[in-house]
Amino acid sequence: MPKISIALIKYSFSLTLILTIFFSSHAQAKEVNVYSYRQPFLVQPIFDEFTKKTNIKVNVVFAKKGLSERLAREGKNSPADLVFTVDIGRLSDVVNKDVVQSVTSEVLSNNIPAQYRDPEGKWFGLTTRTRSIYVSKDRANLSKIQSYEDLANADWKGKICTRSGKHPYNLGLIASMISHHGEAKTVEWLKGVKSNLARKPQGNDRAQVKAIKEGVCDLSLGNNYYYGKMINDKEQFEWANAVHLTFPNQNNRGTHVNISGMALTKSAPNKENAIKLMEFLTEEFAQNMYAEQNYEYPVNPKVAPSKLVQSWGTFKADSLALKDIAKNRKLAAKLVDQVAFDE
Amino acid sequence: MLLNFKLQADQRPWFLSSLAIAACISLPIFAVFYLALFPDENAWPHLFNTVLPSYLKNTIILMLGVGSLTLIIGIGTAWLIAMYDFPGKKYFSWALLLPFSVPAYVIAYTYTDFLEYAGPVQNALRALFGWSSAQDYWFPEIRSMGGAIMMMSLVLYPYIYMLARAAFLEQSVSLYRISRSLGAGPIQFFFRVSLPIARPAIAVGLSLVLMETLNDFGTVDYFAVRTLTAGLYDTWLNMGNIGGAAQIALLMVAVVVILISLERYSRRKQKQFHPRGQGDPIKSVKLSGLKAVIAFLCAFIPVLFGFIVPFTLLSFYAVQYFDTSWTDSFFTYALNSFSLAAAASVITLLLGIVLAYTNRLNKNKATQFLVNFSSLGYAVPGTVLAIGIIIPFAAFDNLVDGAMREYFQFSSGLILSGTAFAIIFSYSVRFLAVSSGAIESSLGKVTPNMDMASRSLGYSHFQTLIKVHLPIIKRGALTGMLVVFVDCLKELPATLILRPFNFETLATQVYQFASDELLEQSALSALVIVIVGIVPVMLLDKSINKKGIN
Repeated sequence: MPKISIALIKYSFSLTLILTIFFSSHAQAKEVNVYSYRQPFLVQPIFDEFTKKTNIKVNVVFAKKGLSERLAREGKNSPADLVFTVDIGRLSDVVNKDVVQSVTSEVLSNNIPAQYRDPEGKWFGLTTRTRSIYVSKDRANLSKIQSYEDLANADWKGKICTRSGKHPYNLGLIASMISHHGEAKTVEWLKGVKSNLARKPQGNDRAQVKAIKEGVCDLSLGNNYYYGKMINDKEQFEWANAVHLTFPNQNNRGTHVNISGMALTKSAPNKENAIKLMEFLTEEFAQNMYAEQNYEYPVNPKVAPSKLVQSWGTFKADSLALKDIAKNRKLAAKLVDQVAFDE
Repeated sequence: MLLNFKLQADQRPWFLSSLAIAACISLPIFAVFYLALFPDENAWPHLFNTVLPSYLKNTIILMLGVGSLTLIIGIGTAWLIAMYDFPGKKYFSWALLLPFSVPAYVIAYTYTDFLEYAGPVQNALRALFGWSSAQDYWFPEIRSMGGAIMMMSLVLYPYIYMLARAAFLEQSVSLYRISRSLGAGPIQFFFRVSLPIARPAIAVGLSLVLMETLNDFGTVDYFAVRTLTAGLYDTWLNMGNIGGAAQIALLMVAVVVILISLERYSRRKQKQFHPRGQGDPIKSVKLSGLKAVIAFLCAFIPVLFGFIVPFTLLSFYAVQYFDTSWTDSFFTYALNSFSLAAAASVITLLLGIVLAYTNRLNKNKATQFLVNFSSLGYAVPGTVLAIGIIIPFAAFDNLVDGAMREYFQFSSGLILSGTAFAIIFSYSVRFLAVSSGAIESSLGKVTPNMDMASRSLGYSHFQTLIKVHLPIIKRGALTGMLVVFVDCLKELPATLILRPFNFETLATQVYQFASDELLEQSALSALVIVIVGIVPVMLLDKSINKKGIN
């Protein structure tokens, strides 16, 4: 037989071998399985700590798209116990797909203020983050940028940078504008902001602060924790040093806040372990780690934010119910198209 | 009329195997069709009235740009390498393949970091000329349509280079002699003889390039160029309408089908066979002086920008951020990537051979349709294809589980979903187009006299395939296998969604950081992908490059 077919036969043997090895790496005694929309490197140290304390192993699949579809299709046989997300929109997705179940836990309801969990116990917030405005130290007048509404003022023509209007963080903010001002006014506002943009929306929240440092623009929208991350990066420190972090709308409704959160799946094969993990994540130890490592605000009121975050000052948060933000998300996305915000 | 054809008894097993393969491979595509039937709302009125015109325009410009640029670089370098001898040719022959091992989004991140305002290039320029701000000078914006076309072309041209070179190398010296004796110069020989002969292979390469371009999301998103994929993900994720998203995906598939059919239709009457054993392959012309310098530069530039620059930058970051990005698990990640890619490339090779050979045995519409339909996976964006795989796999798992519970009071759980098998399956669906295309274009050139001679000597179809065809098409088949291997190493969206718990490949490891635009931390993994990809590129190049086959 020619060489090539012998090689092929050899390959098929090794292939079978590989497959068998993959297939057999299933099942362990004490574990909890997580589908995460959030990068695991952020939460891995907390999971490790959980495993150390309880001897329960935490298994993770991370992807930014498609996990809720996977969960829904796998149905009652899905191995997933928990879903982790970084945005209320994604959380309400899994609720709407009917793939999560209610949890009643005294620990959870004691640790998480009612505003940041579902009344039916179908989702729970873990941390909060503000949608802040970063303001150039050198070139912008702080008194003129007190609210999200100010972003649409003609004073700022050609002075604003932001990431895509379609990013969940911006959609959350726009959805809150719809709740407060109605659709028509939000369109006006979006048009105003759009006409003030220094460049086509691009990059992530940090890239906008970098652009302020480079003189491309004077204001940018961004989540608060990036400020802490930039301050602690040797290269990005310069960017952070060029801006103030502000909390908009302190004189009225308060700053828009989104959450990172979790939900227990309907199928959860390790329900007991999963609830243990949920509770662990809201307790002081884990909440502290979130606060210290990622500069987010812990949901647990007994836990203080990191020293660095505290130095940015306190703020009033918008008390709008998160479910309203989730409800208006789709409309928000349509409005972004309507005003060609990303063009 | 599709089924109205005669099948000889000894062709039946081939046809049935092809049918089975096509049925398996097209499951995910049918699943996408199924999704498209049930949209949550009609997504089109909103799209038409708002962003669709600009998405379409951007998609077309991007495809035209990447298509032309890759054709020029790919065919030009392939011709140089196949026909001429110049300093460094031996190295360029495989070095020109190297950019292929760099994932498009990685090269995009790397160049942006390098060329943007705060990057080393502009910093140096400012220091040199005493400029102080962006207003003092003009510099091309890398995050733009032009930038996206450049980046994607740099890593995609090897598709065309590889297939065109194989085709150029397969032409025999007798053709060259005849054409020269009829008075054609080298340029005329290129345009009137070689190019038409290589056209089927180039068309395969180009269609792969265009499909990659069409369903890319990472690169264009980073460059803020909104194409149809932006509309697709937006409809799915922000408007919660996966049915609408599936319709957009099918629209994209339709675009590809139309393009490929047009190309095939335009050369429907052409058939070409290469007589074997009639003279040696063409001898390379030795270039010297200025011509040699120009040839060197033409081959060097794509390698420089497509590989050397990004590789150097990545190495620089990898060293700088080594402490934060190194983990001992790297060996596991590399092994995972390597095993998945190896398994998928062998499977697609075998399936590709069966499909292409069946198509050769009985040329009829039904077989042709099967072959074409099994290639559609490449045109569907990876994320959508992954959902298309989850649907039938999960349905199968739950069906088996239900039966087990009912009859044996035993739960079999998920058998296929969330396994490495699902990933390998997704690679096979996605990349079958690559291997079957490469094999088909090689097989098409083998004259039917060979089959007849072999059959009349008493060999079966299978024996003929093994003893006659495989040795002849080895080069094309190995090329296809190599491309699939490297493509699998880079594949990201389907791997992310389908993978088992705690399962990382090199690509997912890159993504973990890159998705947060943390280029420096992802550099090490990206570098390892490139290195793992280089080894097979170099090994296989040797066998592809061997001139003269018996």
